Amino acid sequence: MSRVGWIRIAVIAIAIALLEASCRLGLIDHRVVIPPSEMADALVHLLISGQDNDQILRTFGIVVLAAVISAIGGFALGVIIHALPRVRQSLDPFFATYYAVPIFIFYPVMIVIFGLSAIPIVLMGVATAIVAMIIATLNGLDRVPQVLTKVACVHRMGRIATALLLKLPAAAPHLFTGLKLAVSYAFIGVIASEFILAPAGLGRVISDAYTDFDNRKMYALMLLLIIVATVVNMFLHAVDQHLAERRGIGKA
Amino acid sequence: MSVAVPGEDIHASLSDVTRVYPGVAGTPAVHALGPVDLKLKRGEFFAVVGPSGCGKTTLLEVLAGLQQATAGTVTFEGRPIAGKVPDGIGVVFQEDASFPWLTVWDNAAFGLRRNGVDPAKIRRRVDDALAFMGLTDFARAYPAQLSGGMRQRVCISRTLVLQPRLILLDEPFGALDAQTRLLMGDEVLRLWRRTGATILLITHALDEAAMLSDRIGAMSARPGRFMEIVATGWPRERDSKIVSDAGFGEITGRLWDNLRGESMKSLGHSGVAAG
Repeated sequence: MSRVGWIRIAVIAIAIALLEASCRLGLIDHRVVIPPSEMADALVHLLISGQDNDQILRTFGIVVLAAVISAIGGFALGVIIHALPRVRQSLDPFFATYYAVPIFIFYPVMIVIFGLSAIPIVLMGVATAIVAMIIATLNGLDRVPQVLTKVACVHRMGRIATALLLKLPAAAPHLFTGLKLAVSYAFIGVIASEFILAPAGLGRVISDAYTDFDNRKMYALMLLLIIVATVVNMFLHAVDQHLAERRGIGKA
Repeated sequence: MSVAVPGEDIHASLSDVTRVYPGVAGTPAVHALGPVDLKLKRGEFFAVVGPSGCGKTTLLEVLAGLQQATAGTVTFEGRPIAGKVPDGIGVVFQEDASFPWLTVWDNAAFGLRRNGVDPAKIRRRVDDALAFMGLTDFARAYPAQLSGGMRQRVCISRTLVLQPRLILLDEPFGALDAQTRLLMGDEVLRLWRRTGATILLITHALDEAAMLSDRIGAMSARPGRFMEIVATGWPRERDSKIVSDAGFGEITGRLWDNLRGESMKSLGHSGVAAG
């Protein structure tokens, strides 16, 4: 592991140790925050008991579904919008301000339309994530060097072959950035929606634990979310780094 | 100015070709090229020099079939070219056109795989092309791991494996330093002798044109037309050492005599140029 990697781990370890010490020494009220070691212990017991495993699986399943729909749909829409400059011109201001609007305000509308099922949650996840993927696709396609289109002509490639064999791989680093964002936003969209109004899911369970002053359960599940989101992002980051290094982009 | 060579095998030609780019959003149309006549003999090395923006690249792209001429006729091996790159033409561009997501070997094999060539044949041709371009040791490297000159050699290899009969080089060494350009010039001469292909080279550099070519077309400022075609008279077996030949200075001097005024014009100094 690199020196920077060790420093990163040390910073996290020190932060956890400080929190642990503060809780143990009573500097932080135990009723407000429990020590990290207790969080981990509670999480292990919760997972072994299987008490909320169905809720955990449901939520992560929805996140995966929302991320996949956002990635594929966002890429497809990005390609279509990129091919239609006038449509893009009219949509650009919408994309620029999209994340300025709190998308969750539409959640009640979705419940009215689709009922208290998983569908509104999936749609909230998609609504939160898909635009990031569309924007990343547009950016990626904008940066495909013009010369590649000429190379495609020299090789007498059709539009589909050019898109799949040259433009898609050329735009891949930007698409991967979009994918990372889409996964993160899908997490946020799904968990937040469950937290607010859903009848089930990890967000709901955390919300109920909070209402019931069940700190062990609440922090255990929060820790689980943090671990899963971090691991997924670190994995995507590592793949992104590997691809970038191979291309000499050298992302930070 | 017509450059016909009676009685010789004409490989590609432009007859009375013009290219006018239509105006966009109220801007006036741009007459970029012509009328131009040019007849390229089979197996010759022809260079085009001219001031910036005179239509050199437009000429190359029209000849390649990447652009359609506004008027006139373009032929390759006796058949007209109509807005589509014909089989047998290879193009190397000024910009780095290597595919960063593929290894050097896969870059070179790209066109052959597209054409569904037998894998054993692909292996043979790619290995041969990489060896010829001195890239064998870098076959598994990615373009980002190579220098600019080596990346351009990857692009030349990708063109070479397709065994084009007409190779169009659009300022392929434009981004390289002077020494690397000279060495790359030697590589291109070796390639030309080995393949027997006809080569059209677009370049800003008069010395590069004088060193590499059998004939050099000096173009006017936009709209580009040939003002003079200079025959170098070099032997086919030549390399960069030719720059120390007494005749080399004469050729570059003659080209500069043609181009000085045109270059001034393209910079907006017509009054100075006249002086």
